[in-house]
Amino acid sequence: MLSREVAKRVFAREFGEANMAFKEQDDQYAPQYLLTPTGAKCNRILFVGTLIEKEDIGNDVEYWRARVADPTGSFLIYAGQYQPEAAQALSSIDPPQFVAVVGKPNTYEMGGGEIVTSVRPERIHIVDADTYDLWILETARQTLQRLKQLNEGGEDATKAKEHYSPDIGHYKQMVLEALKTISKCGEKVSFIDLSDI
Amino acid sequence: MVRDIAEQLKVRFSEMGLEVPLEEIEKKLDELINGFRVPVEEAKRSVLSQYAKERKSADLVKVKDIQSEGRWISLKTKVVQLWPSESKLIAQSGLIGDDTGIIRFVSWIKSDLPPVEEDKCYMLKNVVTDEWQGRYSVKLTRSTEIVPLEEDIEVSSLVEEFVGAIVDIQSGSGLIKRCEFCNRALLKGSCGEHGKVDGSYDLRIKGVIDDGKIVQEILLNREIVENLIGITLDEAKKMAVEALDQSLVLDAFQERLIGRYFSIKGPRVGRYILVEHITSAPKISDKEVTELIKESEALGC
Repeated sequence: MLSREVAKRVFAREFGEANMAFKEQDDQYAPQYLLTPTGAKCNRILFVGTLIEKEDIGNDVEYWRARVADPTGSFLIYAGQYQPEAAQALSSIDPPQFVAVVGKPNTYEMGGGEIVTSVRPERIHIVDADTYDLWILETARQTLQRLKQLNEGGEDATKAKEHYSPDIGHYKQMVLEALKTISKCGEKVSFIDLSDI
Repeated sequence: MVRDIAEQLKVRFSEMGLEVPLEEIEKKLDELINGFRVPVEEAKRSVLSQYAKERKSADLVKVKDIQSEGRWISLKTKVVQLWPSESKLIAQSGLIGDDTGIIRFVSWIKSDLPPVEEDKCYMLKNVVTDEWQGRYSVKLTRSTEIVPLEEDIEVSSLVEEFVGAIVDIQSGSGLIKRCEFCNRALLKGSCGEHGKVDGSYDLRIKGVIDDGKIVQEILLNREIVENLIGITLDEAKKMAVEALDQSLVLDAFQERLIGRYFSIKGPRVGRYILVEHITSAPKISDKEVTELIKESEALGC
Protein backbone atom coordinates (compact mmCIF):
# COMPACT_ATOMS: atom_id res chain seq x y z
CA MET A 1 0.00 0.00 0.00
CA LEU A 2 1.34 3.41 -0.94
CA SER A 3 1.23 5.89 1.88
CA ARG A 4 -0.85 8.99 1.34
CA GLU A 5 0.98 12.06 0.09
CA VAL A 6 1.09 15.18 2.25
CA ALA A 7 -0.94 18.19 1.11
CA LYS A 8 1.61 20.98 0.65
CA ARG A 9 0.81 24.63 1.38
CA VAL A 10 1.68 27.08 -1.39
CA PHE A 11 0.30 30.49 -2.35
CA ALA A 12 -1.47 30.94 -5.68
CA ARG A 13 1.23 33.20 -7.13
CA GLU A 14 3.99 30.67 -6.50
CA PHE A 15 1.82 27.82 -7.74
CA GLY A 16 1.08 29.72 -10.95
CA GLU A 17 4.78 30.31 -11.52
CA ALA A 18 5.66 26.62 -11.17
CA ASN A 19 6.31 24.62 -14.33
CA MET A 20 8.44 21.65 -13.34
CA ALA A 21 6.31 18.50 -13.37
CA PHE A 22 7.97 15.13 -12.98
CA LYS A 23 7.71 11.54 -11.79
CA GLU A 24 10.29 9.73 -9.72
CA GLN A 25 9.70 6.36 -11.38
CA ASP A 26 8.83 5.38 -14.91
CA ASP A 27 5.79 3.38 -13.88
CA GLN A 28 2.50 4.74 -15.23
CA TYR A 29 1.02 4.69 -11.72
CA ALA A 30 3.98 6.43 -10.11
CA PRO A 31 2.99 9.64 -8.32
CA GLN A 32 3.27 12.86 -10.28
CA TYR A 33 4.88 15.90 -8.65
CA LEU A 34 5.05 19.60 -9.32
CA LEU A 35 8.12 21.31 -7.90
CA THR A 36 7.47 24.99 -7.12
CA PRO A 37 10.06 27.80 -7.27
CA THR A 38 10.68 27.72 -3.49
CA GLY A 39 11.11 23.93 -3.56
CA ALA A 40 7.72 22.57 -2.46
CA LYS A 41 7.41 19.13 -4.03
CA CYS A 42 3.66 18.83 -4.47
CA ASN A 43 1.67 15.73 -5.27
CA ARG A 44 -1.25 17.20 -3.39
CA ILE A 45 -2.03 20.68 -2.10
CA LEU A 46 -4.47 22.22 0.37
CA PHE A 47 -5.53 25.80 -0.08
CA VAL A 48 -8.20 28.08 1.31
CA GLY A 49 -9.48 31.12 -0.50
CA THR A 50 -12.48 32.83 -2.03
CA LEU A 51 -14.32 31.09 -4.83
CA ILE A 52 -14.67 34.04 -7.19
CA GLU A 53 -15.96 32.48 -10.39
CA LYS A 54 -17.26 29.20 -11.70
CA GLU A 55 -18.48 28.06 -15.07
CA ASP A 56 -19.72 24.77 -16.47
CA ILE A 57 -17.71 24.39 -19.67
CA GLY A 58 -18.77 20.79 -20.36
CA ASN A 59 -20.88 19.79 -23.33
CA ASP A 60 -22.86 16.68 -22.43
CA VAL A 61 -21.57 16.18 -18.91
CA GLU A 62 -20.77 18.82 -16.33
CA TYR A 63 -17.20 20.05 -16.41
CA TRP A 64 -16.49 22.88 -14.02
CA ARG A 65 -13.82 25.52 -14.31
CA ALA A 66 -13.47 27.73 -11.27
CA ARG A 67 -11.15 30.24 -9.70
CA VAL A 68 -10.22 30.53 -6.04
CA ALA A 69 -8.39 33.68 -4.95
CA ASP A 70 -5.89 33.97 -2.11
CA PRO A 71 -4.01 37.14 -1.08
CA THR A 72 -1.41 36.62 -3.82
CA GLY A 73 -3.40 35.57 -6.89
CA SER A 74 -5.77 32.79 -7.87
CA PHE A 75 -5.86 29.04 -8.39
CA LEU A 76 -7.54 27.62 -11.47
CA ILE A 77 -9.47 24.42 -10.81
CA TYR A 78 -11.10 21.94 -13.15
CA ALA A 79 -13.52 19.25 -11.97
CA GLY A 80 -15.46 16.81 -14.09
CA GLN A 81 -16.94 13.34 -13.87
CA TYR A 82 -13.74 11.87 -12.42
CA GLN A 83 -13.89 14.29 -9.47
CA PRO A 84 -17.55 13.65 -8.61
CA GLU A 85 -17.47 15.06 -5.08
CA ALA A 86 -15.68 18.24 -6.09
CA ALA A 87 -17.85 18.70 -9.20
CA GLN A 88 -20.98 18.32 -7.13
CA ALA A 89 -19.68 20.83 -4.59
CA LEU A 90 -18.90 23.35 -7.35
CA SER A 91 -22.34 22.99 -8.84
CA SER A 92 -23.93 23.86 -5.49
CA ILE A 93 -21.62 26.58 -4.11
CA ASP A 94 -22.27 30.11 -5.42
CA PRO A 95 -19.40 32.60 -5.47
CA PRO A 96 -18.21 34.52 -3.58
CA GLN A 97 -17.62 32.05 -0.78
CA PHE A 98 -14.67 30.95 1.36
CA VAL A 99 -13.71 27.41 0.37
CA ALA A 100 -11.02 24.89 1.25
CA VAL A 101 -9.73 22.79 -1.64
CA VAL A 102 -7.70 19.57 -1.45
CA GLY A 103 -6.42 18.55 -4.85
CA LYS A 104 -3.70 17.44 -7.21
CA PRO A 105 -1.58 19.84 -9.24
CA ASN A 106 -1.92 19.60 -12.99
CA THR A 107 0.12 21.20 -15.75
CA TYR A 108 -0.85 21.99 -19.31
CA GLU A 109 1.42 23.16 -22.08
CA MET A 110 0.08 25.99 -24.21
CA GLY A 111 0.91 26.40 -27.89
CA GLY A 112 3.84 28.70 -27.22
CA GLY A 113 5.44 26.29 -24.75
CA GLU A 114 4.12 28.19 -21.77
CA ILE A 115 3.09 25.90 -18.89
CA VAL A 116 -0.22 26.61 -17.17
CA THR A 117 -0.85 25.10 -13.75
CA SER A 118 -4.25 24.11 -12.47
CA VAL A 119 -5.70 21.91 -9.74
CA ARG A 120 -7.77 18.74 -10.04
CA PRO A 121 -9.75 18.94 -6.81
CA GLU A 122 -10.51 15.92 -4.64
CA ARG A 123 -12.48 17.92 -2.10
CA ILE A 124 -14.08 21.36 -2.00
CA HIS A 125 -15.90 22.51 1.12
CA ILE A 126 -17.22 25.81 2.40
CA VAL A 127 -15.20 27.13 5.36
CA ASP A 128 -15.18 30.28 7.48
CA ALA A 129 -12.92 33.35 7.56
CA ASP A 130 -11.00 32.01 10.59
CA THR A 131 -9.96 28.99 8.55
CA TYR A 132 -8.79 31.31 5.77
CA ASP A 133 -6.66 33.24 8.27
CA LEU A 134 -5.15 30.03 9.65
CA TRP A 135 -4.26 28.85 6.16
CA ILE A 136 -2.62 32.16 5.22
CA LEU A 137 -0.51 32.12 8.39
CA GLU A 138 0.47 28.49 7.94
CA THR A 139 1.28 28.91 4.25
CA ALA A 140 3.33 32.04 4.93
CA ARG A 141 5.26 30.16 7.61
CA GLN A 142 5.96 27.14 5.42
CA THR A 143 6.88 29.29 2.40
CA LEU A 144 9.30 31.30 4.53
CA GLN A 145 10.82 28.08 5.80
CA ARG A 146 11.34 26.86 2.21
CA LEU A 147 12.91 30.21 1.25
CA LYS A 148 15.40 29.79 4.07
CA GLN A 149 16.12 26.22 3.03
CA LEU A 150 16.90 27.29 -0.55
CA ASN A 151 20.32 28.32 0.67
CA GLU A 152 20.81 25.26 2.83
CA GLY A 153 20.58 22.92 -0.14
CA GLY A 154 18.25 19.98 0.47
CA GLU A 155 17.32 17.79 -2.50
CA ASP A 156 14.17 19.72 -3.46
CA ALA A 157 15.79 23.08 -2.73
CA THR A 158 18.76 22.28 -4.97
CA LYS A 159 16.49 21.14 -7.80
CA ALA A 160 14.33 24.25 -7.47
CA LYS A 161 17.38 26.53 -7.51
CA GLU A 162 18.79 24.87 -10.60
CA HIS A 163 15.53 24.95 -12.50
CA TYR A 164 14.07 28.33 -11.51
CA SER A 165 16.93 30.42 -10.11
CA PRO A 166 14.19 31.89 -7.91
CA ASP A 167 14.21 35.57 -6.99
CA ILE A 168 14.03 35.36 -3.20
CA GLY A 169 12.96 39.00 -2.93
CA HIS A 170 9.92 38.32 -5.13
CA TYR A 171 8.68 35.47 -2.89
CA LYS A 172 9.56 37.35 0.30
CA GLN A 173 7.35 40.18 -1.00
CA MET A 174 4.57 37.65 -1.70
CA VAL A 175 4.74 36.29 1.87
CA LEU A 176 4.64 39.82 3.29
CA GLU A 177 1.65 40.80 1.15
CA ALA A 178 -0.21 37.74 2.39
CA LEU A 179 0.67 38.37 6.04
CA LYS A 180 -0.39 42.00 5.85
CA THR A 181 -3.93 40.92 4.95
CA ILE A 182 -4.24 39.16 8.31
CA SER A 183 -2.30 41.72 10.35
CA LYS A 184 -4.39 43.95 12.61
CA CYS A 185 -1.70 46.47 13.36
CA GLY A 186 0.42 48.41 10.91
CA GLU A 187 -0.87 48.77 7.38
CA LYS A 188 -4.55 48.26 6.86
CA VAL A 189 -5.70 46.34 3.84
CA SER A 190 -5.29 48.77 0.98
CA PHE A 191 -5.93 46.68 -2.08
CA ILE A 192 -9.30 48.16 -2.99
CA ASP A 193 -9.27 49.05 -6.64
CA LEU A 194 -11.14 52.32 -7.15
CA SER A 195 -10.67 52.50 -10.91
CA ASP A 196 -13.99 50.78 -11.66
CA ILE A 197 -16.11 53.13 -9.62
CA MET B 1 24.99 -29.80 -4.34
CA VAL B 2 24.96 -30.50 -0.62
CA ARG B 3 27.55 -27.77 -0.21
CA ASP B 4 25.28 -25.22 -1.93
CA ILE B 5 22.39 -26.05 0.32
CA ALA B 6 24.64 -25.96 3.34
CA GLU B 7 25.79 -22.49 2.37
CA GLN B 8 22.18 -21.32 1.98
CA LEU B 9 21.37 -22.67 5.40
CA LYS B 10 24.41 -21.05 6.93
CA VAL B 11 23.19 -17.67 5.65
CA ARG B 12 19.74 -18.40 7.01
CA PHE B 13 21.21 -19.27 10.41
CA SER B 14 23.35 -16.19 10.59
CA GLU B 15 20.25 -14.10 9.84
CA MET B 16 18.74 -15.76 12.87
CA GLY B 17 21.79 -14.75 14.86
CA LEU B 18 23.21 -18.24 14.92
CA GLU B 19 26.74 -19.13 13.82
CA VAL B 20 27.04 -22.78 12.78
CA PRO B 21 30.16 -24.21 11.09
CA LEU B 22 29.56 -25.00 7.41
CA GLU B 23 31.10 -28.49 7.75
CA GLU B 24 28.68 -29.38 10.49
CA ILE B 25 25.66 -28.41 8.38
CA GLU B 26 27.10 -30.19 5.36
CA LYS B 27 27.69 -33.38 7.32
CA LYS B 28 24.13 -33.47 8.60
CA LEU B 29 22.70 -32.78 5.16
CA ASP B 30 24.92 -35.37 3.52
CA GLU B 31 23.86 -38.01 6.00
CA LEU B 32 20.17 -37.29 5.38
CA ILE B 33 20.29 -36.82 1.61
CA ASN B 34 22.89 -39.34 0.54
CA GLY B 35 22.78 -41.75 3.44
CA PHE B 36 19.07 -41.94 4.15
CA ARG B 37 17.76 -40.75 0.76
CA VAL B 38 15.64 -38.01 2.33
CA PRO B 39 14.30 -35.53 -0.27
CA VAL B 40 16.31 -32.29 -0.35
CA GLU B 41 13.52 -30.04 0.93
CA GLU B 42 12.78 -32.36 3.84
CA ALA B 43 16.46 -32.58 4.73
CA LYS B 44 16.69 -28.77 4.77
CA ARG B 45 13.65 -28.53 6.99
CA SER B 46 15.04 -31.10 9.36
CA VAL B 47 18.40 -29.39 9.78
CA LEU B 48 16.76 -25.99 10.14
CA SER B 49 14.44 -27.08 12.88
CA GLN B 50 17.21 -28.94 14.75
CA TYR B 51 19.21 -25.75 15.14
CA ALA B 52 16.24 -23.51 15.68
CA LYS B 53 15.37 -25.58 18.73
CA GLU B 54 18.91 -25.77 20.04
CA ARG B 55 19.76 -22.11 19.85
CA LYS B 56 19.35 -19.93 22.86
CA SER B 57 16.68 -17.30 22.62
CA ALA B 58 17.36 -13.81 21.35
CA ASP B 59 17.80 -10.80 23.64
CA LEU B 60 14.77 -9.66 25.57
CA VAL B 61 14.00 -6.07 24.58
CA LYS B 62 11.28 -3.47 25.09
CA VAL B 63 8.96 -2.35 22.30
CA LYS B 64 10.39 1.18 22.19
CA ASP B 65 13.86 -0.25 21.51
CA ILE B 66 12.76 -1.71 18.19
CA GLN B 67 14.51 0.73 15.86
CA SER B 68 15.98 -1.48 13.14
CA GLU B 69 14.77 -4.22 10.86
CA GLY B 70 15.95 -7.82 10.58
CA ARG B 71 16.87 -8.05 14.26
CA TRP B 72 16.04 -11.20 16.24
CA ILE B 73 14.61 -10.37 19.62
CA SER B 74 12.34 -11.63 22.38
CA LEU B 75 9.44 -9.62 23.80
CA LYS B 76 7.30 -9.84 26.91
CA THR B 77 4.02 -8.38 25.73
CA LYS B 78 0.28 -8.26 25.99
CA VAL B 79 -1.91 -8.76 22.92
CA VAL B 80 -3.78 -5.47 22.65
CA GLN B 81 -5.83 -6.12 19.56
CA LEU B 82 -6.26 -8.83 16.92
CA TRP B 83 -7.20 -7.83 13.39
CA PRO B 84 -9.26 -9.75 10.89
CA SER B 85 -6.94 -11.61 8.55
CA GLU B 86 -5.94 -9.55 5.51
CA SER B 87 -4.41 -12.40 3.62
CA LYS B 88 -4.51 -16.17 3.22
CA LEU B 89 -0.83 -16.26 4.18
CA ILE B 90 -1.39 -14.58 7.53
CA ALA B 91 -2.59 -16.63 10.50
CA GLN B 92 -2.89 -13.70 12.89
CA SER B 93 -2.02 -10.03 12.96
CA GLY B 94 -2.71 -7.20 15.34
CA LEU B 95 -1.07 -5.14 18.03
CA ILE B 96 1.06 -6.16 20.98
CA GLY B 97 2.47 -3.86 23.60
CA ASP B 98 4.44 -3.44 26.80
CA ASP B 99 5.04 -0.56 29.17
CA THR B 100 7.05 1.32 26.53
CA GLY B 101 4.80 1.18 23.48
CA ILE B 102 2.64 -0.71 21.05
CA ILE B 103 3.74 -2.47 17.87
CA ARG B 104 2.13 -4.43 15.06
CA PHE B 105 2.78 -8.15 14.79
CA VAL B 106 2.21 -10.75 12.11
CA SER B 107 2.11 -14.52 12.45
CA TRP B 108 2.32 -16.43 9.17
CA ILE B 109 0.31 -19.54 8.37
CA LYS B 110 3.48 -21.34 7.30
CA SER B 111 5.06 -20.67 10.71
CA ASP B 112 2.45 -23.00 12.16
CA LEU B 113 2.31 -21.40 15.61
CA PRO B 114 -0.38 -21.72 18.26
CA PRO B 115 -2.76 -18.71 18.17
CA VAL B 116 -2.53 -15.92 20.73
CA GLU B 117 -5.55 -14.39 22.43
CA GLU B 118 -6.54 -10.77 22.95
CA ASP B 119 -5.74 -9.33 26.41
CA LYS B 120 -3.45 -12.27 27.27
CA CYS B 121 0.24 -11.88 27.99
CA TYR B 122 3.03 -13.87 26.35
CA MET B 123 6.75 -14.22 26.22
CA LEU B 124 7.55 -14.24 22.49
CA LYS B 125 10.97 -15.79 22.04
CA ASN B 126 12.81 -15.24 18.76
CA VAL B 127 10.72 -12.88 16.72
CA VAL B 128 12.24 -10.82 13.93
CA THR B 129 11.73 -7.10 13.41
CA ASP B 130 10.52 -5.69 10.12
CA GLU B 131 9.99 -2.23 8.70
CA TRP B 132 7.43 -0.79 6.32
CA GLN B 133 7.47 2.90 5.48
CA GLY B 134 9.22 3.91 8.64
CA ARG B 135 6.98 1.90 10.93
CA TYR B 136 8.32 -1.17 12.65
CA SER B 137 6.57 -4.47 13.21
CA VAL B 138 7.58 -7.92 14.41
CA LYS B 139 7.16 -11.21 12.58
CA LEU B 140 6.52 -14.45 14.39
CA THR B 141 8.32 -17.22 12.48
CA ARG B 142 8.75 -20.96 12.58
CA SER B 143 11.54 -20.58 15.11
CA THR B 144 9.43 -18.41 17.42
CA GLU B 145 8.35 -19.84 20.74
CA ILE B 146 5.19 -18.51 22.40
CA VAL B 147 5.09 -18.90 26.18
CA PRO B 148 1.86 -17.79 27.92
CA LEU B 149 2.52 -15.67 31.02
CA GLU B 150 0.50 -15.56 34.21
CA GLU B 151 1.46 -11.99 35.10
CA ASP B 152 -0.35 -9.01 33.61
CA ILE B 153 1.62 -6.51 31.56
CA GLU B 154 0.68 -2.84 31.72
CA VAL B 155 0.52 -1.47 28.20
CA SER B 156 1.49 2.15 27.82
CA SER B 157 -0.55 4.40 25.66
CA LEU B 158 1.67 7.29 24.74
CA VAL B 159 -0.54 10.26 24.09
CA GLU B 160 0.27 12.25 20.99
CA GLU B 161 -0.89 15.66 19.87
CA PHE B 162 -1.36 16.93 16.35
CA VAL B 163 -2.56 20.21 14.87
CA GLY B 164 -3.53 20.37 11.23
CA ALA B 165 -6.31 20.49 8.67
CA ILE B 166 -8.60 17.52 8.09
CA VAL B 167 -8.07 16.73 4.41
CA ASP B 168 -10.11 13.54 4.02
CA ILE B 169 -12.81 11.46 5.67
CA GLN B 170 -12.61 7.90 4.49
CA SER B 171 -15.32 5.46 3.50
CA GLY B 172 -16.46 3.39 6.44
CA SER B 173 -17.12 6.64 8.33
CA GLY B 174 -20.44 8.15 9.36
CA LEU B 175 -23.38 5.99 10.33
CA ILE B 176 -22.13 2.41 10.19
CA LYS B 177 -23.34 -1.00 11.35
CA ARG B 178 -21.33 -3.36 13.51
CA CYS B 179 -21.60 -7.12 13.91
CA GLU B 180 -23.47 -7.98 17.12
CA PHE B 181 -21.13 -10.90 17.77
CA CYS B 182 -17.67 -9.47 17.19
CA ASN B 183 -18.24 -5.71 16.93
CA ARG B 184 -16.52 -5.49 13.55
CA ALA B 185 -17.82 -2.91 11.09
CA LEU B 186 -20.07 -4.54 8.50
CA LEU B 187 -19.37 -4.21 4.80
CA LYS B 188 -22.59 -4.18 2.76
CA GLY B 189 -24.43 -5.77 5.68
CA SER B 190 -21.93 -8.60 6.02
CA CYS B 191 -19.39 -9.36 8.73
CA GLY B 192 -16.03 -10.77 7.63
CA GLU B 193 -16.32 -13.46 10.29
CA HIS B 194 -20.04 -14.08 10.80
CA GLY B 195 -21.51 -13.40 7.34
CA LYS B 196 -24.93 -11.78 6.97
CA VAL B 197 -26.00 -10.36 10.34
CA ASP B 198 -28.50 -7.71 11.49
CA GLY B 199 -25.87 -5.59 13.15
CA SER B 200 -26.27 -2.55 15.35
CA TYR B 201 -25.76 1.10 14.43
CA ASP B 202 -22.73 3.13 15.47
CA LEU B 203 -21.08 6.41 14.55
CA ARG B 204 -17.40 6.73 13.76
CA ILE B 205 -14.98 8.75 11.67
CA LYS B 206 -11.84 7.49 9.98
CA GLY B 207 -10.09 10.62 8.82
CA VAL B 208 -6.83 12.11 7.67
CA ILE B 209 -5.29 15.19 9.28
CA ASP B 210 -2.37 16.95 7.61
CA ASP B 211 -0.13 19.85 8.68
CA GLY B 212 1.64 20.29 5.34
CA LYS B 213 4.54 18.12 6.50
CA ILE B 214 3.05 14.96 7.99
CA VAL B 215 -0.10 12.99 7.22
CA GLN B 216 -1.78 11.38 10.22
CA GLU B 217 -4.72 8.99 10.17
CA ILE B 218 -7.22 9.45 12.98
CA LEU B 219 -10.12 7.46 14.43
CA LEU B 220 -13.02 9.10 16.24
CA ASN B 221 -15.46 6.94 18.18
CA ARG B 222 -19.17 7.60 18.71
CA GLU B 223 -18.82 9.68 21.86
CA ILE B 224 -16.24 12.00 20.29
CA VAL B 225 -18.23 12.28 17.05
CA GLU B 226 -21.46 13.10 18.89
CA ASN B 227 -19.78 15.88 20.86
CA LEU B 228 -17.85 17.27 17.92
CA ILE B 229 -20.65 17.38 15.36
CA GLY B 230 -23.56 17.78 17.77
CA ILE B 231 -25.53 14.95 16.21
CA THR B 232 -26.40 11.97 18.40
CA LEU B 233 -26.58 8.40 17.13
CA ASP B 234 -30.39 8.52 17.37
CA GLU B 235 -30.54 11.76 15.39
CA ALA B 236 -28.19 10.32 12.78
CA LYS B 237 -30.41 7.24 12.43
CA LYS B 238 -33.43 9.51 12.03
CA MET B 239 -31.64 11.56 9.36
CA ALA B 240 -30.78 8.41 7.44
CA VAL B 241 -34.29 6.98 7.70
CA GLU B 242 -35.96 10.22 6.57
CA ALA B 243 -33.65 10.55 3.58
CA LEU B 244 -33.66 6.79 2.91
CA ASP B 245 -29.92 7.21 2.63
CA GLN B 246 -27.24 6.29 5.14
CA SER B 247 -24.58 8.32 3.31
CA LEU B 248 -26.32 11.57 4.24
CA VAL B 249 -24.71 11.38 7.66
CA LEU B 250 -21.26 10.97 6.14
CA ASP B 251 -21.92 13.99 3.88
CA ALA B 252 -22.85 16.06 6.91
CA PHE B 253 -19.63 15.06 8.70
CA GLN B 254 -17.49 15.89 5.67
CA GLU B 255 -19.21 19.26 5.29
CA ARG B 256 -18.36 20.11 8.88
CA LEU B 257 -14.78 18.84 9.02
CA ILE B 258 -12.90 18.81 5.72
CA GLY B 259 -10.66 21.78 5.10
CA ARG B 260 -10.85 22.95 8.71
CA TYR B 261 -8.10 23.08 11.31
CA PHE B 262 -8.25 21.00 14.47
CA SER B 263 -6.08 20.16 17.41
CA ILE B 264 -6.30 16.51 18.45
CA LYS B 265 -4.91 14.39 21.26
CA GLY B 266 -4.93 10.65 21.92
CA PRO B 267 -2.91 7.43 22.06
CA ARG B 268 -1.25 6.13 18.93
CA VAL B 269 -2.33 2.65 17.90
CA GLY B 270 -0.67 1.35 14.78
CA ARG B 271 -1.10 3.90 12.03
CA TYR B 272 -3.94 5.69 13.80
CA ILE B 273 -4.27 8.13 16.61
CA LEU B 274 -7.37 7.21 18.63
CA VAL B 275 -8.74 10.67 19.24
CA GLU B 276 -9.74 11.37 22.84
CA HIS B 277 -9.83 15.17 22.60
CA ILE B 278 -10.55 17.28 19.56
CA THR B 279 -11.07 21.03 19.38
CA SER B 280 -11.04 23.63 16.62
CA ALA B 281 -7.54 25.02 16.27
CA PRO B 282 -7.23 28.40 18.03
CA LYS B 283 -7.70 31.47 15.83
CA ILE B 284 -4.57 33.22 14.64
CA SER B 285 -3.12 35.72 17.09
CA ASP B 286 -1.78 39.09 16.08
CA LYS B 287 1.43 38.26 17.91
CA GLU B 288 2.07 35.29 15.61
CA VAL B 289 1.41 37.41 12.53
CA THR B 290 3.64 40.25 13.70
CA GLU B 291 6.47 37.87 14.53
CA LEU B 292 6.24 36.18 11.17
CA ILE B 293 6.23 39.55 9.38
CA LYS B 294 9.42 40.49 11.26
CA GLU B 295 10.98 37.15 10.40
CA SER B 296 10.10 37.60 6.72
CA GLU B 297 11.45 41.13 6.60
CA ALA B 298 14.71 39.91 8.09
CA LEU B 299 15.20 37.44 5.25
CA GLY B 300 18.13 38.52 3.10
CA CYS B 301 17.63 38.46 -0.64
